[in-house]
Amino acid sequence: MEMPKPNPELLAIKPTLVKKLQGVLPLDAVIHEEAETRAYECDALTAYRCPPLAAVLPRNTEEVAAVLKICHDMGVPVVPRGAGTSLAGGSLPTADSVILGVARMNEVLETDYDNRFIRVQTGRTNLSVSGAVEEEDFFYAPDPSSQLACAISGNIAMNSGGAHCLKYGVTTNNLLGVTMVQMDGTVVEIGGAHLDAGGLDLLGVICGSEGQLGVVTEATLRILRKPEGARPVLMGFDSNEVAGECVSDIMKAGVLPVAIEFMDRPCIRATEAFAGAGYPDCEALLIVEVEGSDAEITEQLDKILAIARSHNPVELRESTSADESARIWLGRKSAFGAMGQINDYMCLDGTIPVNQLPYVLRRIGEMSAEYGLGVGNVFHAGDGNMHPLILFNANKPGDLEKCEAFGADILNLCVEVGGCLTGEHGVGIEKRDLMVNQFTPEDMEAQMAVKDVFDPKWLLNPAKVFPLATSETRRIAAE
Amino acid sequence: MRPETEAELAEIIKGADGPLSIRGGNSRSMAPAGAVLETGGLSGVELYEPGALTLVVKAGTPVAEVEALLASEGQRLPFEPMDHRALLGTTGEPTIGGLAAANISGPRRVQAGACRDYMLGVRFVDGNGVVLKNGGRVMKNVTGYDLVKLMAGSYGTLGVLSEVSFKVLPQPEAAATVLIDGLDDATAVQAMSAALGSPYDVTGAAHAPVGVDGTPVTMVRIEGFAGSVAYRTEQLQAQLGKFGDVRVETNAVNLAAGWKWIRDVEGLAAQEGDVWRISVKPSDGPRVAAALNARGVMYDWGGGLVWALTDPGQDIRSLLAGIDGHATLVRASAETKAQIAMLQPEPAPIAALTAGIRQKYDPRGILNTGLMG
Repeated sequence: MEMPKPNPELLAIKPTLVKKLQGVLPLDAVIHEEAETRAYECDALTAYRCPPLAAVLPRNTEEVAAVLKICHDMGVPVVPRGAGTSLAGGSLPTADSVILGVARMNEVLETDYDNRFIRVQTGRTNLSVSGAVEEEDFFYAPDPSSQLACAISGNIAMNSGGAHCLKYGVTTNNLLGVTMVQMDGTVVEIGGAHLDAGGLDLLGVICGSEGQLGVVTEATLRILRKPEGARPVLMGFDSNEVAGECVSDIMKAGVLPVAIEFMDRPCIRATEAFAGAGYPDCEALLIVEVEGSDAEITEQLDKILAIARSHNPVELRESTSADESARIWLGRKSAFGAMGQINDYMCLDGTIPVNQLPYVLRRIGEMSAEYGLGVGNVFHAGDGNMHPLILFNANKPGDLEKCEAFGADILNLCVEVGGCLTGEHGVGIEKRDLMVNQFTPEDMEAQMAVKDVFDPKWLLNPAKVFPLATSETRRIAAE
Repeated sequence: MRPETEAELAEIIKGADGPLSIRGGNSRSMAPAGAVLETGGLSGVELYEPGALTLVVKAGTPVAEVEALLASEGQRLPFEPMDHRALLGTTGEPTIGGLAAANISGPRRVQAGACRDYMLGVRFVDGNGVVLKNGGRVMKNVTGYDLVKLMAGSYGTLGVLSEVSFKVLPQPEAAATVLIDGLDDATAVQAMSAALGSPYDVTGAAHAPVGVDGTPVTMVRIEGFAGSVAYRTEQLQAQLGKFGDVRVETNAVNLAAGWKWIRDVEGLAAQEGDVWRISVKPSDGPRVAAALNARGVMYDWGGGLVWALTDPGQDIRSLLAGIDGHATLVRASAETKAQIAMLQPEPAPIAALTAGIRQKYDPRGILNTGLMG
């Protein structure tokens, strides 16, 4: 993956920069020794690494504003970083950039159950937001699988989803307001505890802008009362087509499950070998989960089971206890780990129209044979968000490149059938160069025009989202 | 001007030599100055896949046509869009483009989300006459910046929508409304907060200090499968009993009429005066009403949406200073509209961002000029 060449002038001013940053932050909040900056050289996309000039760990909005103003005035790019769990390289530094980490900003600022919101500093982890309201039986709905580690700041940057977003929506549907610092240090408040924008919906475009419009320091999030209970059902089918039809029929029937998860045979076999959840050895497996009181759950599951039976499942497993429910989820939850046990893997994130599922799975199988790389599919079937896991050997020369080419083919296939490159992970650097397959130059120009307004010097999170060639004139003009 | 295709729409905008007044069905009668550009020619459903809960429709398509199509498959637009005609005394057919451009949502917004939350993708023509797209037709999509949200509620000032894709949802099998009589505003908001903070998935919570029969009524709606609705209604009835006398309405015709009465602000429509729509956090709703000394109010969204009927020509915003949120002037005379901005004026840094974006998308300033301030 190509990254812009570091600007030698910026590398040369590092001592001045560090001194200025130390002037506005506690000493231990400015990390500049080479051995220490290395800790920030990559995020969860570990194939690409580059230590930044320095890393800073501000504690509040004021310190963020002070840091950004200094960097802005000196023309130094800034890469915002949440918990560093991005699978897309969303917080990969450049050598001439400063990493702005929000890890020390993890306070709960306000909890309001009557009005059903919580206001937090954005370095707080996703799961600990729910943790903060758990005692009153409330929760924060978006649940990316990295929720134990990932920060709200990154969730907002990538508009993160999760298994339960079929019912509750993704980050953008649960974000009410932000405090954001623009690159020049200006602090803006957008949205709040009330609903919807009074003017242009800036909140809507900030969410998902991958940290390129500003640094979000505080967020007002919608919290919900927990349902009384939840229960999954497992069904196995002897073809992907039939499983796909079953998903479609469930959606049409008016049942709104909180999750519909799909696994194909390679993935089922890998997880069985790894976790031994007792899954049937079949072509396709669905886990459908519904919520409510016991009686409500039974009412919904009866409808779902009737639909499933009409598709001749090879297996239909109901849960009668918390233990059985856990066993149904066990394989799904350990799927990534299981695949990782066999091999190195790359996790993709394209979305497709649900009815294209059988065709896309068939094509992926064919491509897998052509590339000679194994692939397992595990994904959120209700909303068509696929996660093909391509297996490769990182120690074998050329395998990573082959894997990336295979991945690009799959994502382009997603676009071809009416879907998109990324459903919940973000573009980052990983899918940057594929943007031309989904958008015309004019479409990208319209997006970049928004960045022009928020960050005219193009200093925030450089070299992400847009292909380098597409953003080149802007980046050069900014230097 | 009434383009029949997106390409014609682009040609018209490219060739425009002055302001354009974009018009769907004209049911809002906003009519900014300029040559009228009608979107009604861009009509029709492009794609409807009930099993994928996906609808793609051209912007000039009447909302009624879309709702009828969805109903034929037992589905609906989940955000329960308001029909402004009764309140504004207009005719015309509301269009999908108007709905999206004004981000119009109804009582279910409090649970299901707003129009913007169900918009999956847009196609539009910007002020330079360039055809653009963003988003798509799939439910999860974080590819590039989310211009769909930016277009939702942009009132045509960034571009003219030509096509919108929506996520739709099934209509519920059953519904019920728990009614509490005689509550004062503050108690009503407390009752609604209790209901919305319960695990019973309330899909509407509204309060009218003057109900249809002239006395206060608080309404809490439950929707879903029959057994589930019965169960949750019973639970709520027990839980809300401490606030006042509780009744339950399950008659489908009455339910539809009752929620339409809330959705379309019918309780204030017939009375004279300006009408404001104020979005605040729910517990601030009664503060808003008290500060305004209004001729009449109705609360939706658990108290977070206040509809206020006020003396004509009065700018109420100064009275609401210190309460976070925003006030929109929905109904007033042309004279008043010329003096008072429709939308809440923004703080300087936000206004600068807004103006910057508008300048990028419509550098000549010809699209619905002045409509958003």
